[in-house]
Amino acid sequence: MPVSTPPTAPTAGVPTIVVVGHGMVGQRFLEALADRGLTAAAGTARVVVLCEEPRPAYDRVQLTSYFSGRTPEDLSLVEPDFMERHGIELRVGDPAESVDREARTVTARSGETFTYDTLVLATGSYPFVPPVPGKDAEGCFVYRTIEDLLAIEEYARTATTGAVVGGGLLGLEAAGALKGLGLDTHVVEFAPRLMPVQVDEGGGAALLRTIENMGLTVHTGVGTQEVTAGEDGRVDGMALSDGSSLETDLVVFSAGVRPRDQLARDCGLAVGPRGGIIVDEECRTSDSAVFAIGECALASDGRVYGLVAPGYEMALAVAEVIAGNAASFTGADLSTKLKLLGVDVASFGDAHGAAEGCLDVVYADSRSGVYKKLVIGRDGTLLGGVLVGDADQYGTLRPMTGTVLPVAPEQLVLPAGAGGPVTLGPSSLPDEAVICSCHNVTKGAICEHTTLPEVKKCTKAGTGCGSCVKVIGQLLPQPEDQGLCGCFAYTRSELYEIVRTLGITSYAELLDSHGREAARGGDGCEVCKPTVGSVIASLAPTVGASGYVLDGEQAALQDTNDHFLANLQRNGSYSIVPRIPGGEITPEKLIVIGEVARDFGLYTKITGGQRIDLFGARVDQLPLIWTRLVDAGFESGHAYGKSLRTVKSCVGQTWCRYGVQDSVRMAIDLELRYRGLRSPHKLKSAVSGCARECAEARGKDFGIIATAQGWNLYVGGNGGATPRHADLLAQDLSDAELVRLIDRFLMFYIRTADRLERTSTWLDRIEGGLDHVRDVVVHDSLGLCDELERLMADHVAGYRDEWAETINDPERLRRFVTFVNAPDAPDPSVKFVPERDQVKPDLDILAGPVLAVRTLEGTSSR
Amino acid sequence: MTTQTVETAQDTRTIQLADGDGWLTVCDRALLTPGRGVAALLPDGRQVALFVDRAGRAYAIDNRDPFTGAYVLSRGLVGSAGGRPFVASPLLKQRFDLETGACLDDDDVTVPVFRVRGD
Repeated sequence: MPVSTPPTAPTAGVPTIVVVGHGMVGQRFLEALADRGLTAAAGTARVVVLCEEPRPAYDRVQLTSYFSGRTPEDLSLVEPDFMERHGIELRVGDPAESVDREARTVTARSGETFTYDTLVLATGSYPFVPPVPGKDAEGCFVYRTIEDLLAIEEYARTATTGAVVGGGLLGLEAAGALKGLGLDTHVVEFAPRLMPVQVDEGGGAALLRTIENMGLTVHTGVGTQEVTAGEDGRVDGMALSDGSSLETDLVVFSAGVRPRDQLARDCGLAVGPRGGIIVDEECRTSDSAVFAIGECALASDGRVYGLVAPGYEMALAVAEVIAGNAASFTGADLSTKLKLLGVDVASFGDAHGAAEGCLDVVYADSRSGVYKKLVIGRDGTLLGGVLVGDADQYGTLRPMTGTVLPVAPEQLVLPAGAGGPVTLGPSSLPDEAVICSCHNVTKGAICEHTTLPEVKKCTKAGTGCGSCVKVIGQLLPQPEDQGLCGCFAYTRSELYEIVRTLGITSYAELLDSHGREAARGGDGCEVCKPTVGSVIASLAPTVGASGYVLDGEQAALQDTNDHFLANLQRNGSYSIVPRIPGGEITPEKLIVIGEVARDFGLYTKITGGQRIDLFGARVDQLPLIWTRLVDAGFESGHAYGKSLRTVKSCVGQTWCRYGVQDSVRMAIDLELRYRGLRSPHKLKSAVSGCARECAEARGKDFGIIATAQGWNLYVGGNGGATPRHADLLAQDLSDAELVRLIDRFLMFYIRTADRLERTSTWLDRIEGGLDHVRDVVVHDSLGLCDELERLMADHVAGYRDEWAETINDPERLRRFVTFVNAPDAPDPSVKFVPERDQVKPDLDILAGPVLAVRTLEGTSSR
Repeated sequence: MTTQTVETAQDTRTIQLADGDGWLTVCDRALLTPGRGVAALLPDGRQVALFVDRAGRAYAIDNRDPFTGAYVLSRGLVGSAGGRPFVASPLLKQRFDLETGACLDDDDVTVPVFRVRGD
């Protein structure tokens, strides 16, 4: 069903630009038009886009990340209101079928015909499927679109073995995806090594070892002769050119791509002998009203570029030309950096050493799967290179291509501790060095900005493949003072380390020994006091501090919510949330909550976390209310704390006909394990009993979704103002594996996050992101896991209910009075008026003569 | 209501507020935790927020948060900035100088200050 966006401005009398194809390059072209004011919204052009796929442009480079938890929506490259804002008419699911160049019209599959002044073909490429018998059997796929991925995922449910034809870049991506789907995976490559286009023999060998160590089976130097199928028509194997055969249930063809030039051929445009629409330096085809950009074009240097960066350059050039300016595309290098199956692979410049008289500088360590080669010209110029297993230097080396290196090249390939490596900081790059090759952004352009988000927004650098983000970070000015507040020059995570290693149990001691000079001996501030209070509470059992947050000096550090173990509301009253683990509650306990609410006149509301919030308690009522609740078996729900709130659950396998695990039991276990854990910000969790995800686990800091084999753990989700779907950290875990991994994850977060930084922002901020966190908590790359588990074990062993401890201690109860000199007098300013059969705060009492009462947006702590 | 600041009385073990020409005893000094406040009710119905800082100095300001109208300033956190003590409102976190009552985040706002003494 075609979807069109109506133009927002009159388009009569302005030229019409028709774009055929809405992939990455097509979208980049639209953005370039918009940047140049060539849109209906600007009143200068009508822009119509015909898109074959059922969804707008998405990040095909990151396609495989769908299998690590990114949704098709996450992959979208189009801002939600982009088309509306610029009045661009996007028709998804409605491809161009024919072009009449005489009449200058394009006819879409829907039958509608569009007259163009300028036609831009961005039709991309199609996967090449070798003409082997059986290639169309059920179970044969290509790897190109989200729809392909969905089909592979569905079919893989009934398969145990998968084979990928093609050991190039996309082939290895596909192989990684099949492995991730739990299939026994084979890669069949006709060339004698993997990734023959990008890496040389040595790099291919390093890659091969690493990939075989992951459990994939690689067959190089053999071709596919036939795909065989069983009587049911489903794939059951492959015959190879060396006479051997391979049993497989599923075949993915990933043997390269071919330009999609059929539309151009049909309308008589010139195409190359091996395909590709012939274009000149302005990307103009043999018809001056028609342009071709991206993978469908045969560029003026005689090459078809299958990478996104050259496609973007073509898109920009054509937009310039249409805008009436001079621009050209004459060729691009084929530098790439990828993480394939977790292995860094990069090649740049003259990677194969084709230049005359050039020399190779090679370092290879087959044990660790590292291979580095730099190609150096006779005069010492860096011409290119290949990096496998460790491509950290790609960001600085690629921009230096074509220059004489400032240090001896061998120093750049040696590992640390072997007399090298000399790390070439990005500061040694010239201003004209291209840092982001996807968007062709130079160091000089990046250095005009001060923050990464600003760079991304203004220059688009870092928004393509992302391999340059680290270098951009190094180029930007480092904030001079990253200290927590005016009292401490340390960050929260640094203070955590100080408290942990020195065993400091007092805020005053920390301020006087580690505070800023001027702040020592003072009273601190409202920022660092609760932060340090939380750090000490997180580490209490380990450093030997009291676990009760209101003991001694700790009492003076807590925000009012923690101080009264309840949530302050706008009129000075408090709300109460008893813990209801997993959202499971007996009728008896429900009745107690109802009776307490009735007896104390509290307003009751169900929370989003499957609990019940009781509003409107005065300070002096809190102990009385909690005495009743504790007697009935309730504990603090820590709704007031920067700590675990709730672990939501769906009803799970026990009742639900779809459930595959007991999600309620797991939710209860997790909530009881992590209750009371003080952290940099609140923690929310949920457990869903099947993939239907009724508990909305992927909106949580740590969310668990049941599978037939166990549990999938997702981390870093959030709702609120900046929603984020949680990322898959590990899959098919047993109960014990799940708990152990969450232990590590939470303790690593608590250790390294900033103050009031939720897991979602933390995950996006920390260097290396999710991959780094996975390395640390799954693969134990820092050797920290034992300690993280021990810290959590300390917490679990040391947990006590704060409210039970409070009501049983007269000394602790003494603070719960409104007036120190009139303990029995209730607060006269806390009054209520009726509202829908319950109560609400009487705000008239609070409206004093000084100022009008302001609204309290954002103060609720839900 | 006066706007002058702190006095330290060495020989009392109670917190006292100026009351006309004399002093009104509010509570035992020991009931205050350094860095935290308490609220006191005056005979005329006004509410006062009392604080003791880390050095033992006592302060008293009006308990009403002028930004929200709620009587909650006594429940804020005490800090110091440039050597001057302040309390941050527990609702929207505006800071008030404990010696002058001036809001540090809004030049147009001041809360009343009470003369107080305590050891």
